[in-house]
Amino acid sequence: MAKADFEIPELKEYPEIPPVQPGATAGLKSFVAKPEMQDALGFPGELVDGWQEKAIEHMGELLGKYRSLQVFLDSCVKCGACTDKCHYYLGTSDPKNMPVARQDLLRKVYRRYFTFAGKYFPKLVGATDLNKEVLDDWYSYFHQCSQCRRCSVFCPYGIDTAEISMAAREIMDRIGLGQKYCNEIIGKVYKIGNNLGLPGPALEDTLEGLEEDVFDETGVEVKYPLDKKGADVLLVTPSADFFAEPHVDGLIGYGKVFHEAGIDWTLSTTASEAANFGMFIGSYENMRKISMRIREAALELGVKRIIFGECGHAWRVAYSFLNTLAGPWDFLDKNYPMPQHILEFTWGEIQKGTLNIDKSLNDDMVVTFHDSCNVARASRMGDEPGGQFTIPRNVIKAVCNNFVDMDPDTTHEKTFCCGGGGGLLTDDLMEIRVKGAKPRMEALRNVIEEHGVTNMAAICAICKAQFTKVLPYYGLGMDMIVSVHQLVSNAVILTGQQTEEDESKEDDAA
Amino acid sequence: MPIEVDGKTFETDEEGYLANINDWVPGVATVMAAEDELDLSDEHWDIINFLRDYYEEYQIAPAVRVLTKAVGKKLGKDKGNSKYLYGLFPYGPGKQACRYAGLPKPTGCV
Repeated sequence: MAKADFEIPELKEYPEIPPVQPGATAGLKSFVAKPEMQDALGFPGELVDGWQEKAIEHMGELLGKYRSLQVFLDSCVKCGACTDKCHYYLGTSDPKNMPVARQDLLRKVYRRYFTFAGKYFPKLVGATDLNKEVLDDWYSYFHQCSQCRRCSVFCPYGIDTAEISMAAREIMDRIGLGQKYCNEIIGKVYKIGNNLGLPGPALEDTLEGLEEDVFDETGVEVKYPLDKKGADVLLVTPSADFFAEPHVDGLIGYGKVFHEAGIDWTLSTTASEAANFGMFIGSYENMRKISMRIREAALELGVKRIIFGECGHAWRVAYSFLNTLAGPWDFLDKNYPMPQHILEFTWGEIQKGTLNIDKSLNDDMVVTFHDSCNVARASRMGDEPGGQFTIPRNVIKAVCNNFVDMDPDTTHEKTFCCGGGGGLLTDDLMEIRVKGAKPRMEALRNVIEEHGVTNMAAICAICKAQFTKVLPYYGLGMDMIVSVHQLVSNAVILTGQQTEEDESKEDDAA
Repeated sequence: MPIEVDGKTFETDEEGYLANINDWVPGVATVMAAEDELDLSDEHWDIINFLRDYYEEYQIAPAVRVLTKAVGKKLGKDKGNSKYLYGLFPYGPGKQACRYAGLPKPTGCV
């Protein structure tokens, strides 16, 4: 862990609402995208001449395109219900991290240029001109929002700060002020095929390595196929699953489940990324272009079904938007859901009894589950309401004997963001990431102390990477965080697998 | 911020990664490590050299698992794990060791 050059919040037994510290994180700015990164996405390279007028023009365009945006900007009554609901406010004390204040950064400009009162009596209605100071605030605070939508659960009008933050980022991109982290990554998806920039040969090498590892461990030849034409299932998963820990342990698990279920599946170099950062920057065009890669891969390989791996916002894009972004999907087999989540698939196989599970293999753990915001509040799984909460827990309980939930104020639709979502998972924002993780860390620490929890499982690549980095700041081990399919992988006994019992029997016979 | 190695200036990006991988000389790693108050031992160099070889072949840093496996094969199983690598590179093998090796920073959800 790097040394922190900022104060790490103290964890409390009960959540406390901190007194405000104006401007506490105003200076926290994510690196700005370089001209070539902007170019690749079709945005101006740097802040354009006459950016004020252009920004207002783009705002007008967005207001015309997204009715929701105008409703959200018009309907706030300043009731204050959201003020203590944002993890970034709770962790930083900066009042501009209160959802209402974050929205107001855009709302005050909207009022000035698009409402009667704001045009003629700006001071009376809190309307302001768009100037450099306002733009600086936009850049800081719209990159201190992880678009997790927790605040919208508590807003009596359902105002979605995420949508406002997406609009603000889109406006900034279009005047030439983009964020390096998101935009550089989107460029890599276009150029190489995934967020990490893993070229085909590296993917192949990594997957061959996984096949070797699983074989060494189990004696069973489990395949991790790449670009296999004519396979039934295309698995689209975040590229972090090929690269990082504990992500890769989840990928090993998906492969074992497919193997046992007798599914002919494949990964694709064209669609070697489930993530879609086009959503984080609010850019429909980029979101669509990234999504089209999945369509292209499905057609190219001739698959019948598409299943998504453990990735939070990818599941939102897939579940909620993929049909209009890259559909229609009429060339796929209509007997299966499109898209399908890997957890829906695994839960189906568990119910059918396809998997031979020895839960005791996870007995060294007491597990809790972190609901990822985009899965919890922007999608569903299975056929019943709340399936996005029950299915992951059902799968965990089917493979682990010891499961404990965290405080209900911090789970299900009230879950707290990991602190690194929405395009904030970058080292230059480490301070906001660590501080924003505070509410989750508090809830986690409570179950550690009360129930001896040893591990927290997650189903999102961002959550997994974020916790790996921030847990040590709070004195907890980075390896506490596990993939849900890692737990599945631990407990599944493959057909023909040598177990320790078999080995000791062989030793006895010898 | 550019860095100085043996009187020569090397451009880096805002996060301290070498701007051009082809410029790399071993002194780059030594100077970067010194800035982090780290002395590079043979164990560090084993990792740095492996990263450079892998990058040359695949145009990307190796996945954590690929790296730990290679280290395990070369230096013994007890060293083929992330704990050993974090012991050597406390800021994370993926990021800190890549920076010393002149590789670009891994991006994405990692």
